[in-house]
Amino acid sequence: MASISSESLTFECETGNYHTFCPISCVAWLYQKIEDSFFLVIGTKTCGYFLQNALGVMIFAEPRYAMAELEESDISAKLNDYKELKRLCLQIQQDRNPSVIVWIGTCTTEIIKMDLEGMAPKIETELKIPIVVARANGLDYAFTQGEDTVLAALAHRCPEVSLVKNKNLSLEKTKVNEIFDNIFNFSKKSKEEEKQISLKKTEKTNNHPPLVLFGSLPSLVTKQLTLELEKQGITVSGWLPSERYTDLPCLNQEVFVCGVNPFLSRTATTLMRRKKCKLISAPFPIGPDGTRVWIEKICNVFQIKPQGLEERESTIWKSFENYLNLVKGKSVFFMGDNLLELSLARFLIRSGMIVYEIGIPYMDKRFQSAELALLEKTCSMMNVPLPRIVEKPDNYNQIQRIKELQPDLAITGMAHANPLEARGISTKWSVEFTFAQIHGFTNSKDILELVTRPFRKNQIEDETGWVKLVK
Amino acid sequence: MKLAYWMYAGPAHIGTLRVASSFKNVHAIMHAPLGDDYFNVMRSMLERERDFTPVTASIVDRHILSRGSQEKVIKNILRKNKEEKPDLIVLTPTCTSSILQEDLQTFVDRAKIESTSDVLFADVNHYRINEFQAADRTLEQITRFYLEKSKKQKVLDLKKTEKPSANILGIFTLGFHNQHDCRELKRLLNDLGIQINEIIPEGCSVNNLQNLPKAWFNIVPYREIGLMTAQYLKQEFDIPYLSNTPMGILGTSAFIKEIAEIVKKKDPTNSFNFEDYIEKQTQYVSQAAWFSKSIDCQNLTGKKVVVFGDATHAASITKILAREMGIHVSCSGTYCKNDADWFREQVEGFCDEVLITENHTEVGNMIARIEPVAIFGTQMERHIGKRLDIPCGVISAPVHIQNFPLGYRPFLGYEGTNQIADLIYNSFSLGMEDHLLEFFGGHDTKKGSVKKLSNEDGISWSIDGLKELDKIPSFVRGKVQKNTEKFALEKGIQTITCEVMYAAKESVGA
Repeated sequence: MASISSESLTFECETGNYHTFCPISCVAWLYQKIEDSFFLVIGTKTCGYFLQNALGVMIFAEPRYAMAELEESDISAKLNDYKELKRLCLQIQQDRNPSVIVWIGTCTTEIIKMDLEGMAPKIETELKIPIVVARANGLDYAFTQGEDTVLAALAHRCPEVSLVKNKNLSLEKTKVNEIFDNIFNFSKKSKEEEKQISLKKTEKTNNHPPLVLFGSLPSLVTKQLTLELEKQGITVSGWLPSERYTDLPCLNQEVFVCGVNPFLSRTATTLMRRKKCKLISAPFPIGPDGTRVWIEKICNVFQIKPQGLEERESTIWKSFENYLNLVKGKSVFFMGDNLLELSLARFLIRSGMIVYEIGIPYMDKRFQSAELALLEKTCSMMNVPLPRIVEKPDNYNQIQRIKELQPDLAITGMAHANPLEARGISTKWSVEFTFAQIHGFTNSKDILELVTRPFRKNQIEDETGWVKLVK
Repeated sequence: MKLAYWMYAGPAHIGTLRVASSFKNVHAIMHAPLGDDYFNVMRSMLERERDFTPVTASIVDRHILSRGSQEKVIKNILRKNKEEKPDLIVLTPTCTSSILQEDLQTFVDRAKIESTSDVLFADVNHYRINEFQAADRTLEQITRFYLEKSKKQKVLDLKKTEKPSANILGIFTLGFHNQHDCRELKRLLNDLGIQINEIIPEGCSVNNLQNLPKAWFNIVPYREIGLMTAQYLKQEFDIPYLSNTPMGILGTSAFIKEIAEIVKKKDPTNSFNFEDYIEKQTQYVSQAAWFSKSIDCQNLTGKKVVVFGDATHAASITKILAREMGIHVSCSGTYCKNDADWFREQVEGFCDEVLITENHTEVGNMIARIEPVAIFGTQMERHIGKRLDIPCGVISAPVHIQNFPLGYRPFLGYEGTNQIADLIYNSFSLGMEDHLLEFFGGHDTKKGSVKKLSNEDGISWSIDGLKELDKIPSFVRGKVQKNTEKFALEKGIQTITCEVMYAAKESVGA
């Protein structure tokens, strides 16, 4: 077993019998990110039960999402989908008054072929509220890819008028925004100031085409990444998604776009093909190594010479020393469920770990090409064999491989974590990487904090001798 | 279509999976899209299960939409058969797969030919029944299958055990305090000199199902799951069953008396004195009878509470509160709509009103309207309570991880009565705190009061009024403020001064 080829990366594809979250889970973080949105998941009790249990406490905080629960009469087409959806959306509009309603299509709407894309524009006109349709279903996608479908749908709603080039028009747009803000009771003054500051900044910094970053991150992290680029004289003209639906960035053929997460390949495709944007292919800003190359690639495209990045990276690495001592030489097995695996594995190899297997739900070799290249480079630099990459893994087979390889750490879903722990295999719950802040120089520490937690805990277990607790 | 934020009972396949994974060496295969195997996460997290959950999915993806499952399901069944060698494989449809209208029964029939495991198709309609009903059905389906199989093989031994014995039907994975209840029931039966024949499904092998008819009688501790099996066993083998829940002192003694009747009918020579046993347990083992007599419990007399949960727990707790503790149950309710008639009959006379609903906002509105001193409900009611600042004791599923305690916390039997008494007592504000509330006029006696009056009705506080308010202990200040504002609003007073506060206090006291 584990005869790993060290010459070039090997890709395998298994049965796809693996555990992951349903992509509708993206509503959990997206409704928080896009503050004026409401997410309506059109599905069955099964979808609702999943959301309710997976999101735990959040469900009690009057979240801005709900289920449109399909009943037997909906399935057998005794009821009119259009009328039903209109009724629910009207209710949402009256109760919550959002700026946009996002419909999340599910497996059931796919199977009964409910024409969500067809109905949305009609209801949108009638209720005068934008309705965005994203088909984030388990038939086609895994976990974080849900965000990809939503962002791809949102990309279509981005205005095409450039803010930088056509100032008159953009000012007009600002006015429209002001009116919106008045309606929603948001301070227009600070908005105006913000706009002016951003305009001034554009003038101050290097002359480069507009750059829009895509991927949903907590606002603190977007701020950190934006500042990191600003240090290089690069202005971020917008983020997809923005914090408010009414502030979506302008996209057109002059705009350069760059992704911050590895699962956004559909969004990237949409931006290139539909919005004619130019995609900057880069590894993702996960880990100081990834962040540095990410910035370098962007600088490179804008023909800017990156300043002080090397020192920045090495200071960060130095501050990790304690963690690095813990992880050095230890082995990891990624079972795969959220598509962050490749970037995380690359960072962990650079941190001195050995990766046996990278399980991943879906591998877009084009969108991840820069990340793959960096992985290869990192392996040869650290002088470790290249890990096997297993697309659509089979959890049963993986458990057999884990039993054989006895890795020091398995990064896996909750379904397997406790049973593996009981068998003496340390685990880290993979979903935490999706919710923790892991992007940029500053947050790389959090990744190691997560990864080393079982090792730090093992120090206790060594003393008690309670390692294997199953018969 | 229904706008829904939360549900009390899960989808049907969860019920089927709970039954299947409770049995020993039974594997369930879900015909489901990616991500529907969330059950495994729940079992691994909530139950802190050490073993891999014996549930896998036969993934429904785009290809299956276009060409059908073809051999995939059969292959997956045979593969599991080879890998795990389970006694039984249960093929479980999900709401998604059931609208594909594939003939899953045919797949099962075809897989059976090659498989060394038995293969069953859980026939549940996802759009008509919920988690509990599906679990009830599946348990009956599996029991029936194995009894009929033994009958055909002519190995079914119908001879009763020599000593009185019972089966316990309906102990499950992910059930509310099920493991603890099971232990307590075993202890109780042991005390009564009754052997445990089989406990199903938790930890039971399907090969043991043929022993079921040997028992003298069946016990169904929770009526949501297990009743169908008990009825089947009654019909087929004439085994009597008890479906009364031994919860609370009176509930437990009624349960024991019923057992006594069954045992004495079958074996008139049985000399065990059940009455003495009940007396001794009530007096000394359970502290609950003494508790209800103590002055602690006296303080609870006539307090208004609300109960909501599954039919079994809500009915039992309502009866305990009303009959055993003298607490005033303003409303008792359940989300088990299919069992509404039974529930109404059980709580009749023990509460002012009955609420049968699956809609948590209705429950929330009811609680806001009644403004009880404490709530006994599910995790949802606990959160409603948090929002309204009313304490809540959790007495029923749906539950969170904290409702899977490591310590021994049964709800059934005599130890259960102690646990329930603690739970109820701790949910109320403590005695002294309560006197302070009274003293400062902190009780809501008016009907239809409005929540959150502050700063919404143009009422302002004068400086001396605020000073007086500050003197009131912080934990009752909010309530006093609210009541004073309510008083001012009723009287049309704009500014609250010291005098207004005193007047408000008097009016509440009156």
